[in-house]
Amino acid sequence: MSVLLALPVLLPLVCAATAMLFWRRLRVQRTIAVLTALGHLASTLALFVEVRRFGILVARFGDWPAPYGIVFVADTFSGLMLVTTSIVTLAVTVYSLSSIDADRESFGFFPLVCALLMGVSGAFLTGDIFNLYVWFEVLLIASFVLMALGGERKQLEGALKYVTLNLVSSSIFLAGLGLLYGSMGTLNLAQLSVRVAEATDPGFVTMLAMFFLLAFGIKAALFPLYGWLPSSYHTPPTAVSALFAGLLTKVGVYALIRTFTLVFTNDPTFTHRAVLLGMATVTILAGSLGAIVQRDLRRALSFTIVASVGFAVLGLAVSGGASQELATLALAGTIAYVIQAMVVKTQVFLLSGIVRRLSGSFDVARIGGLYASAPGVAILFLLGALALAGVPPLPSFIPKVAVLRAAFGEGLGVYAGVALLGSLLMLGAVARLWSHAFWRAPMERPHESDDDAPVNLVFRFIPVTGLTVVLVLLGVGAGPVFQVATEAARQLLDTDGYVRAVLGGAR
Amino acid sequence: MTLLLAIVIGALYAGGVYMMLRKTVVKLLIGLAMIGNAANLLIFVSSSVVRSHPPIVPKGSSAVPAPYADPLTQALILTAIVIGFAVLAFALALVKRVYGEVGSLALEEMTVSDE
Repeated sequence: MSVLLALPVLLPLVCAATAMLFWRRLRVQRTIAVLTALGHLASTLALFVEVRRFGILVARFGDWPAPYGIVFVADTFSGLMLVTTSIVTLAVTVYSLSSIDADRESFGFFPLVCALLMGVSGAFLTGDIFNLYVWFEVLLIASFVLMALGGERKQLEGALKYVTLNLVSSSIFLAGLGLLYGSMGTLNLAQLSVRVAEATDPGFVTMLAMFFLLAFGIKAALFPLYGWLPSSYHTPPTAVSALFAGLLTKVGVYALIRTFTLVFTNDPTFTHRAVLLGMATVTILAGSLGAIVQRDLRRALSFTIVASVGFAVLGLAVSGGASQELATLALAGTIAYVIQAMVVKTQVFLLSGIVRRLSGSFDVARIGGLYASAPGVAILFLLGALALAGVPPLPSFIPKVAVLRAAFGEGLGVYAGVALLGSLLMLGAVARLWSHAFWRAPMERPHESDDDAPVNLVFRFIPVTGLTVVLVLLGVGAGPVFQVATEAARQLLDTDGYVRAVLGGAR
Repeated sequence: MTLLLAIVIGALYAGGVYMMLRKTVVKLLIGLAMIGNAANLLIFVSSSVVRSHPPIVPKGSSAVPAPYADPLTQALILTAIVIGFAVLAFALALVKRVYGEVGSLALEEMTVSDE
């Protein structure tokens, strides 16, 4: 059972190492990367099934008992995140087979994707907060290089902004860690949960919570800390921005949900109800408004990421209330929302690459008229765009309703209203993108495409269609999906269960 | 000792933030490095600096003699230093490439990705 917990980290590690050995043989590297993505999916699915059967699973490394050694913990929430991560990575890896140029491939594109996957998986599994810092750094360093790989001017400038803000975030995280360890004497999340609940100085704990909120808020791209995202996500190749869009901000959201349900629950009226709620609501508005005014397709999509992070955190903020039932509803909404958002974001970003390929531009004023020439792409994009906005048959509708119902139930009608307004704006934004890029004739002559060699687009359509199928399945099966999300939310709120599973008798 | 270190940490944070607010990329990096070091020292101080025994069980005894230094803090700082070093090395290489592309180190010139 411990092996199953370690596999999602081990497989990408082996992939990165072996792919480096075959540095000059790109075909071998490609094969290794695809096989790893498939193996990762198999291992996370197996892990998910085990978690559903046996409840929370714990692996103690070196067989050290819990608060002393590092533990990996898998509950339903991390299982769901891991499976979705595998799906996203598999799609992006297949897409990159035909879309990443030979230069980037020969400078280690595939080993870097594996390293990123390793960092993300580790962050979802670890039960130790310093270990979480280490996994964050693993995935960040991989993402820094992926962002800058290729060395175009736009990319380098984007990377500089991205690197700077993430380094600031890491050092805030580190400072918070130091103070947390100094005052609580432990780094194990389960033991922290116990000690923080017994803390004699709640004001100090709230201050610590703000350190982590800032650090994770930058990584998750919450208002007012999201500035790095729209200035960097549109600069690297499509496959890279799709991977980032699907995974990176979601790791920040995961860390926020984990720490603010397990550890920092001593003063929810301030941390959840004032700070998180305010930040989440403004994030939704800022993201939707930003998406409306952008001309560059990928920049507009970047702003939709910001808005969706706002929605995810809104659920977390609402869950800080006294009513257990409404808290479960809100958190279940958040979890179901995050899962589908990872798939949607990757799908639309990958599609933007196909659009660029077909029309020669990312600029919506220059694209135009794609519905006539490529109706298939137009329909796939329409599905993705409607999922971004949360239109009923698609999977983001039910989670949004759940979060909003919980918010109204908790008497937070104003915030729910602002979130609804944000949804409406988002619908306007994606409707504008779709009608400009696909419906009407192009406004301006497109630039000559710089990569005009004819390529086989099959490897780009397979992953996009696959993700769309996943999306539709998530929408059709909304009932069962929400059921699982509800169980995951119950597990998150039952901190005693987590502590018992990790620490056993040794509290 | 703790007071002195606290002042040093405060000065490092202040200096780091000041450097980050300057207009060139190299100063930005120096600021980041200072803030990283301040965080490392903060970890060191926050688990209390004591003049005492090393955390090693002496021969013939079964426990560490009473006041002993916490070894975990140093392990944390070492990890953080290594990570910080690697990231800073990457950032320096990135700045060199940016200088090659942009032809300047002024942050005001770097607006291409925001257009």
